[in-house]
Amino acid sequence: MKRVNDPNARKLEGIRIADAKFPAPFASGLEYATPARGTWNIVHTGMLIPEAHEIFVCAASCLRGVVLTAAEMGAEERFSTVEIKEHNLYEGDLENLLIEGVCDIIEKLPKRPPAVLVYTSCVHHFAGCDLEMMYEELRNRFPDIDFTDCYMNPIMRKSGLTPDQLMRSRLYMLLKERPKKENAVAIIGNDLPTREESELLEILKAAGVKIHEITSCKTYEEYQKMAEAGLYISYNPAAAAGGEMLAKRIGGEHLYVPFSFDYDEIKAGLEKIGKRLGIEIPDFSDKKVTCERALKETCELIGKTPISIDYTYCTRPLGLAKMLLNAGFAVEKVYVDAITGEEKADFIYLQEHFPDLLLYPTVHAGMRFMAKKEKTNVLAIGQKAAYFDNTNHFVNVVEGGGMWGYDAVIHTLELMREAYLKEKDMRNLIQIKGMGCGCGGCR
Amino acid sequence: MKQTARIISTYSADTFGVCSALFELGGMVVMHDASGCNSTYTTHDEPRWYDMDSMVYISGLSEMEAIMGDDEKLIGDIVAAAEDLQPKFIAIAGTPIPTMTGFDFTAVAELVEARTGIPAFGFATTGMKTYVEGAAMAFAGIARRFVKRNVEKTAHLSANILGVTPLDFSVNGSEASMKTFLEKAGFEVLSCWAMGSSLEEIAEAGRASVNLVVSSTGIEAARALKELFGTPYVVGTPIGSTFQKILVEELLEAVRTGEIPAKNRRPLMKSSLAGSEIAVIGEGVTALSLAHAIELEYERSVKILCTTECERIYLRDKDALVTCEDEIIEALQGVKMVIADPLYEPICPKNAAFIPLPAESFSGRIYRKNIPNLIAEFE
Repeated sequence: MKRVNDPNARKLEGIRIADAKFPAPFASGLEYATPARGTWNIVHTGMLIPEAHEIFVCAASCLRGVVLTAAEMGAEERFSTVEIKEHNLYEGDLENLLIEGVCDIIEKLPKRPPAVLVYTSCVHHFAGCDLEMMYEELRNRFPDIDFTDCYMNPIMRKSGLTPDQLMRSRLYMLLKERPKKENAVAIIGNDLPTREESELLEILKAAGVKIHEITSCKTYEEYQKMAEAGLYISYNPAAAAGGEMLAKRIGGEHLYVPFSFDYDEIKAGLEKIGKRLGIEIPDFSDKKVTCERALKETCELIGKTPISIDYTYCTRPLGLAKMLLNAGFAVEKVYVDAITGEEKADFIYLQEHFPDLLLYPTVHAGMRFMAKKEKTNVLAIGQKAAYFDNTNHFVNVVEGGGMWGYDAVIHTLELMREAYLKEKDMRNLIQIKGMGCGCGGCR
Repeated sequence: MKQTARIISTYSADTFGVCSALFELGGMVVMHDASGCNSTYTTHDEPRWYDMDSMVYISGLSEMEAIMGDDEKLIGDIVAAAEDLQPKFIAIAGTPIPTMTGFDFTAVAELVEARTGIPAFGFATTGMKTYVEGAAMAFAGIARRFVKRNVEKTAHLSANILGVTPLDFSVNGSEASMKTFLEKAGFEVLSCWAMGSSLEEIAEAGRASVNLVVSSTGIEAARALKELFGTPYVVGTPIGSTFQKILVEELLEAVRTGEIPAKNRRPLMKSSLAGSEIAVIGEGVTALSLAHAIELEYERSVKILCTTECERIYLRDKDALVTCEDEIIEALQGVKMVIADPLYEPICPKNAAFIPLPAESFSGRIYRKNIPNLIAEFE
C-alpha cells in the first residue's frame, strides 16, 4: 500500500474482550469501508424475486452504487432509475416525479413485469412525502402489476427496523394470500440457499413436506406459491421481523430458529420445528460425534495458527469464537462493530473464560491503517478478517453461506481445513460484490 | 421523460468527485452522509483504494442528528479522528440530506480548523450533480488554499497538468503519458492535479509558465491560478499526434503572450467537417479532444454528446449537452458510429457501429481492464 499519510498517525488498538462494553465496544465516529464487499445489498436481495423489476428513485450519489451493482450482476434489464435533482427539493414535486417517472419507465419496458419494487430514499422521508398515496396511484395506473415499497434510507438505520430487516421483510410483501397447504413450509429471509446437508432440510424432507425458498424460485408464480406454506421458518435474525409481518398479513405461523454453533440451541430449534409439524426429531447424536471429531482433527491440523473471525462470516461470530477456543484453537481476534442481543451470553462467557480475546471494529476511522502491510499466515474466517490480517488462508463465506445446525459446525471446520491447506486469491475474491448472487464483477 | 433511465448507468456524483480529486494529497475527506457513499465511492469510483492509504470517510449521519441540527457530533468526530490521524487538511463534502437541512459547510470547516489547527475546507456538494462539479470545486479549493504565493516563475518552460482523476483517466498510465507529452515538448512538469503529485509539489504550481487543462474538472483551478499568478492555460486532452502538435503550439503561444490562445478559447475546438457521422458520448473536454483528434486524423465528422457539466461556450454548434436517456436516444438518431462507454450500448441505434470506450465515471470498475490510454495509444 502506498503511503500518502503521516507515518506517525496513532495506531488503533484492539480491546480485550474482558474490558469491552456490551453492546457497543467502540465509540461511534467517522466510518471507513474496507475493500471486502462480499455481503449482499438491497439490489441483490430484491433481485431474488423472479421476473420483478427494480426502480430506484434517488439522488445521483445514491443511485451510483445501486445502478452499478445491477450492472455488475448483469441485471441491467431488470433495473431502472428516476434521478432526483436539486430543483425537485425546492419545487416540492418529489411525489409527482416518482409517480410519473415510474410510469414512464414501465411504459418503456420491452415486457411488462409482474412486479415492480419501487425504492424510495432518505429525501422522501425528510420531505414528508405521502408514500401510501404514491404507491396507491401506481397500483391504480397499472392494476396488472404488483408494486411494493422498498427503501434506501440509511439515515433511518437507528430508528425502527434496520435497512437489512426492512429489505428482508419487503421480499415477501408481494405474496398474496392463498389456501394453506399443511405439508408446505417456506424458509424465508435468506440471500443464499439453505444447504442440502443442513439438518433443517434433512428433517423437513424426511417429513415429506414441500419446501419453498425464494432462492430456488425461477418464476413469479413459483414465488407466489410460497404463500401456500402454513409455516414460515427463518434463521437469520434480520429476517425474523419480516416473518412475523408475513404471518400476520397472509396467515400461517412464523418460527424463528436461530443459526448457532451451540448444540443445545440447535437441538432446541429442531425440537421447535418438530413440535409444530408433529414430527419426531432424530437423535442426531451421531452428528454431535462428527462435530467433536471434526473439531479435534481440525485442531490437530491447524495447531496454534492464529485465527481471526469477522462478523460477515455469520450472525454468531462470538459463538464461533467460543466453540473454537473451547476446542483449543488459537482464536486471537474477532472483528465486530457491535454485539447483538443474541450474542450477549457468548460475550459474557468469553469475558469470563477467554478475557484476552481481542475485539476490533471494522468501520472505525483508524482501521484504514490496520490492514497488515505484509502477508501473514493467519487463518481468517470471513472476508474482512482476511483483509485486515492480509492472509490468503481464509474462509470465503458470507452471511452463513446457507449453513444451519450441526452442519454449520462440520462445514465451517471443513472450510477451515481447506483454507489452512490451500491459499486463495484474497485481493480479488473479497472485492466481488454480493458473493453468490451470480455477480461476476469486472468483465 | 427527463430524469429517468430505463437501462443506462448514472455518472459518479459531485461528492465522489471531491474525494477523487483529493485522494492522493494526504488529507482527510469526510462525506457528510448516513451510509452507502463510502462503499459506493470505494467500490466503483476509486481504483486506488486497495493500494493507497488515503483517508476517506463518512460521518454516519443519523435521522436524529439531521433533524436536531446536531452538527457538534460531526465536528467532534472529525476533530477526534484528525487528532489521531494527523491529516494535512480536512475536507467536508455534502450529500442530499445536508443539502435539505441547509448544512453550513463553510462554517463547520472553520470550526474544525479552529479546533484542530489543520486547514479545513467545506464543499457544498449535493450528491445531485456529476463528479465534474465536485472535482472542480476541490481543485479550485486547493489552488486558492495551498499554492504558495509570491513565487518566481521558472526561467525555463514549465507546466502543471490540471484535471486528472481516475474517473476520467483510470489507472492505465494516462497521467504519465501526459507528463511525457509535455516533457517531449520541452516543458518541465511541476505538478499533476492530482495523480502522481504530492501536496508539496502542487504547492509549487504558481511557478509554472502555463497550465494544461485536460478535463472539465481542471478549468476552475486554471481560472484560479490565472487570477492568482497570471498563469495562462490551454484546454485540451493530448490525444492524437496532430492534435498534440496543435496543443503544443497553443501552449507556447500562451507562454509567449501570457494569455489564453484565441483558438483555444471558445468554442474549444473548431470543426472543419460538417455533419455528424460519429457521436462521442462523455465528459466535455476529453470527448471534444477525442472528436477533434478523429476529425484531424481520419477526416470523419464527429459530434459530441456531453453528459456532464460543461460550459456551453466550449461546445460547437453540432455538439449537445444532454442530461437523460431520452435526450441521448434522440441525439443519436442518424449517426453511423457511436463511441461511448459500453453501458450506453443498449440505447444506441441498432444500425450504428458501436465502439466501446469505457469510463470509470460511468461504468466504474466493470471494464477497467479495457480502458485505453488514449494519450499514448490513439489509433
